Order: sequence, then structure tokens, then C-alpha cells
Amino acid sequence: MAETYTFTAKDLKEIEKITAKYPDKLSAVLPALWYAQDKFGHSDPSVQQLVAKTLGVPEAHIRGVVSFYTQFYEKPMGRNVLDVCTCLSCQVSGGYDMLHYIEEKLGIKAGETTPDGEFSVQSVECLGACGYAPMLQVTNDKFVNHLTREKVDKLIEDLRAGKKPDFESNPMPQHEKGS
Amino acid sequence: MSNDWKSYKPMLVPAIRDLHDISVYEKNNGYQALKKILKDRKTWTPANVVNEVKTANIRGRGGAGFNAGLKWSFMPEPDGKPRYLACNGDESEPGTFKDRKLFEFNPHLFIEGAIIAAYAMQIDVIYVYIRGEYRPFIQKLQKAIDQACEKGYLGKKILGSDFSVEMYTHMGAGAYICGEESSLMESLEGKRGYPRVKPPFPAQRGLWGRPTTINNIETLANVPLVMQHGAEWYLDIGPKTHPGPVLYGISGHVNRPGVYEYPAGMDIMTLINEVAGGVRGGKKLKALIPGGSSTPPLRADMLDGVTMDSESLREAGSMMGTAGMVVLDEDTDMVDLIWRISYFYDHESCGQCTPCREGTGWLEKTLRKIKDGNGEMRDLDLLLAICHRMEGRTICALADAAAWPVRYSIDRFREEFEKKCKKTVYAVA
Repeated sequence: MAETYTFTAKDLKEIEKITAKYPDKLSAVLPALWYAQDKFGHSDPSVQQLVAKTLGVPEAHIRGVVSFYTQFYEKPMGRNVLDVCTCLSCQVSGGYDMLHYIEEKLGIKAGETTPDGEFSVQSVECLGACGYAPMLQVTNDKFVNHLTREKVDKLIEDLRAGKKPDFESNPMPQHEKGS
Repeated sequence: MSNDWKSYKPMLVPAIRDLHDISVYEKNNGYQALKKILKDRKTWTPANVVNEVKTANIRGRGGAGFNAGLKWSFMPEPDGKPRYLACNGDESEPGTFKDRKLFEFNPHLFIEGAIIAAYAMQIDVIYVYIRGEYRPFIQKLQKAIDQACEKGYLGKKILGSDFSVEMYTHMGAGAYICGEESSLMESLEGKRGYPRVKPPFPAQRGLWGRPTTINNIETLANVPLVMQHGAEWYLDIGPKTHPGPVLYGISGHVNRPGVYEYPAGMDIMTLINEVAGGVRGGKKLKALIPGGSSTPPLRADMLDGVTMDSESLREAGSMMGTAGMVVLDEDTDMVDLIWRISYFYDHESCGQCTPCREGTGWLEKTLRKIKDGNGEMRDLDLLLAICHRMEGRTICALADAAAWPVRYSIDRFREEFEKKCKKTVYAVA
């Protein structure tokens, strides 16, 4: 827990570029936290402290922001975070079935991390892929749509091998008929 | 207009390959509306652009359905200090997945619309707030913004004029409430997304205390169409009271879910049965949530002749919202569904106002009790009483958004709720 994190000179330059987009440094809190989380994998109190110091913003403010937004991880997570949507359209299209299948397969419950640190699973709110339900998001990045058990098996196998999913494009069905 | 929709050609997201690339966009009349304005600034003074958009009556596509041009006209006269446009791409209302189509397939139409909006309101900086979950889509938009900067559509002295505007993306980090405009501004300012008390309205005191307008992404994408073809042309698309093209996001129990672009005012049953291929598995339709999770569900028998526009949906007992239509078949457990919606609002309440913070929790707990088979008849009265104590008693509309689905479902699907409550009586006896 007492691990200390630092930004390199290059990081600081990047953060300066971010800050330049806003009239004050406080406004750079979200993008700076994103930058830190992308680098360190989470936004635990020591990362919060670093961001606070870098921006000159009170640590308590950073803590408040991190705890408000669900995508900031208040503690280290698994190497891959599977955010399974179970909200509304996903709920009525088998979102919970997929969540439970993943829980069973990995031997953990939503909110937990596998003992080997490979996977965390979360049941999350609407991710904005309602027409492609059930779906999940991998570590705040790519969406994996139209989930089936087979697709989940393949995804988990790929992720174990270090292969991240590709971007899935969902064209407008209207276009497919060649209008 | 029964069959007109079949010959409709999408304009917000047309079927043109690689339209996301600026050269393809330019070849297809892209940035012509902006050029038209900047070429003839005597005709197209900022005030005239505002008037044209106001006449076109673009109803805000983010849920409230407010006339976009009218909103623009609330901006005070410039005083030499900064003014802002915040584009709302938070798209976090469950059932909504339309703006991402613009980011992916036609980002320049939105960018052009935002630039025209900035010109009309004499704005210096545009921020595009997009939910953090859309990272891949933000990257796509950022590429398009970079292209627009390179070609001189954004930045200093646009197309050789003395008009300058910058555009920045701002990535959210997972909070439904940040789609609410004042909460969005707080989030942009680097804070927890707590909605602000209104008044003052954003046009008076917005981002960093300066005049600000907040528009939805799809709303802004309509602007170049209006400026290129004129307000009169635009008013002829769909009903005059709610004109223009709409991105309908259809999800749930249909054969062909997805985002479809058709004129506003489409017949709901046509959208479900013909456009989206009908209810999955030949099942019967039970209900429709017409515009995202906060819009009251309509029973199948309430949908006859109802069209997707503010007026028709209000008469039917719901709202247009974001046109994110969730289709529910006969097997849907409405109690379970409404419980999950309540769970969502409980999770997403920012916690600032007591009626919402506590109310959403009690709705969720009470509905969970009923869905788990432990409900009593009096719980239905309790739910309605909680709704009553939430509605209209908070800073923002999240409490109302949480209460409406519960209130209207108990009204419209009462037998289902009662059945679950009665079950326990028999079990005990």
C-alpha cells in the first residue's frame, strides 16, 4: 500500500498539455486522473496523492472525485476488468446469464478479483450498447457485444494470452440493405 | 405519410463509405453550410443564424426536446470575456446508444454543427463531454477534430475569416448524472458531478461562471442540415411541432435491434414491426419504453396510432426522451424490470438532495422485496408515497426520472405487482 508513484518528465509534459485545455488546473482533474490510471492501473490513495501534488489541488478533492466516478479504481484491480452490463436492455437480453456464466467460469463473484490477479468482474450500469446486448467492456476500453458462452470462453482465453479485443463496429442496419 | 419512410435517405448518418474521413465528408457537401455562412456574413450575421435555427425548431435530442435556437438566443451579448459551448455526449440514459453513431460514422457533421453554433453565439471554446465508457469513440472523434484543425475549420481565423474557435474533448469517468447539463459543467470543472441550483441558468453563469450553452451531439448534427437547406425545408421533415431526422435506438426484444434514422413522428408500431423486424421469436408485444429508462413505459394496447414525437407521446402518457426505444415482449417480468431501473437510479443518485438519495434507495429496497416474493399489498402504496415525496423536490430531474417508471408501472401493470404481493399471503396461509 505504501508504494510511491512518480511521474516522469515526459508524463509531466503530457499533463501540462492537458492542463492547457482549461482555464484552471482544477478542471484538469478528470483527464489527469485518467492519465495516471492508464499508467498505474488504478487510482488508489497514493496515486491520488501524486495527482493532487502535480496539479496543486487538495488531496481531499481528488479523493472526492475518484470516489464519485465509477470508472476510477480506488484500489488495484485485476489485469483485466470485465464490466458486464446488466442494465435495462441488457437485463432483458440475458445480461445476468452472461454475468453468472463468467462468475462461474472464473470462480469469483461480481466485485471480486481472481487469486492470480488476472480478472476482476463487475456488474455495471448501462454502457450505451443497448442494441448489441448482452455485452461487456474490457478494462474501460473496448466493448464486446452480442455475448454468448462461446464468445465469453474465447475472450477469456484471449485475454489470458494477452490479446485484447478489437473494436467492434456496429453499422446501422439500414445501411446494410444498400440504400 | 404511411409509407414515406421507405424512401427516406439518412442524412445524419448517410450510407457513405468512410464518411468519417474529412476528404470524403468534404466531397459529400461537407463543411458547405459553414462556408456558406462565412462567405456571406452580411446575410448570415450571428443573430440571423440563431433565428434560422430557432425557426427550424430543432427539438433538443438529449431528452428535454427544447427548441435549440431558442436556447441559443438566451446567451447574453458578448462582453469580450470567454463564452463556452459544451456538447453533451454523455449518452448515459439506459436504452440510448445513438450519439456514438455520429462519433463513429459521421463526426464531421457534428463538428460542423458545433462550429456553426459557436459562430452564432460568438463562442470561443467548445468542449465535447463524452462518457468515459466511450473511450474508443472519443478517439474516433479526436481524429476527426485533428483533421478539421489541419484543414482550417477549427482554430484561429477559420477559413481566412476573423472567426476563431477551439474544440476540446473531455472524457467523463462513469456517472449517469453528468448527462444533466449543470452536473456536466461541474464535471468539466474537475469536480464531483453535483447538479447546480437554477437559476442562474447556464447562459448567465455556466462554465467557470461564464455564459455557456449545452447542446446534445445529435442536436448539433442537425444544424448544418438546417443551414444548408433552410429552416423551411427542415420543417417539412416529420411533424412541424417536432421536425427533422431522428436517430431511433431500438433495443430489447426485437429481431433487428440497432440505430435507425428516420423522420421524427414515425409510427411506433411501424418502427417495431417493420423497421426492427417485429418482436423476437414471434412473441406478443407487452410494453415499450419509448425514450430511455426515465420515460414511463407504455402498455402494448396504448400504442395504437402513437408516433415518435413529443406531442403524440405526451398524449399517450409518456415522453420522447432520447428516442431510445426498449421493446419488451410478453414474457417480460415488469416487477423485475422496474426493480432493475430503480437499482440503476439508486446507484446513480449523486446524493446531494435528500428526497432523491433516500428515495431512490427506498424504491429499490421495496421493489426488491416485492420481486423476491416478500411483498405485501401495502408496499404498492408505500412505493407511490415515496414517488410523491421525490417528484419535483430536488435540484435536478433525476428524482423524477427515478419515480416516473415506478409510478406509471404500478398504474399500468398493477395486476403484475399485485400478483407478486399476494403470493406471500398465500404462502403464509
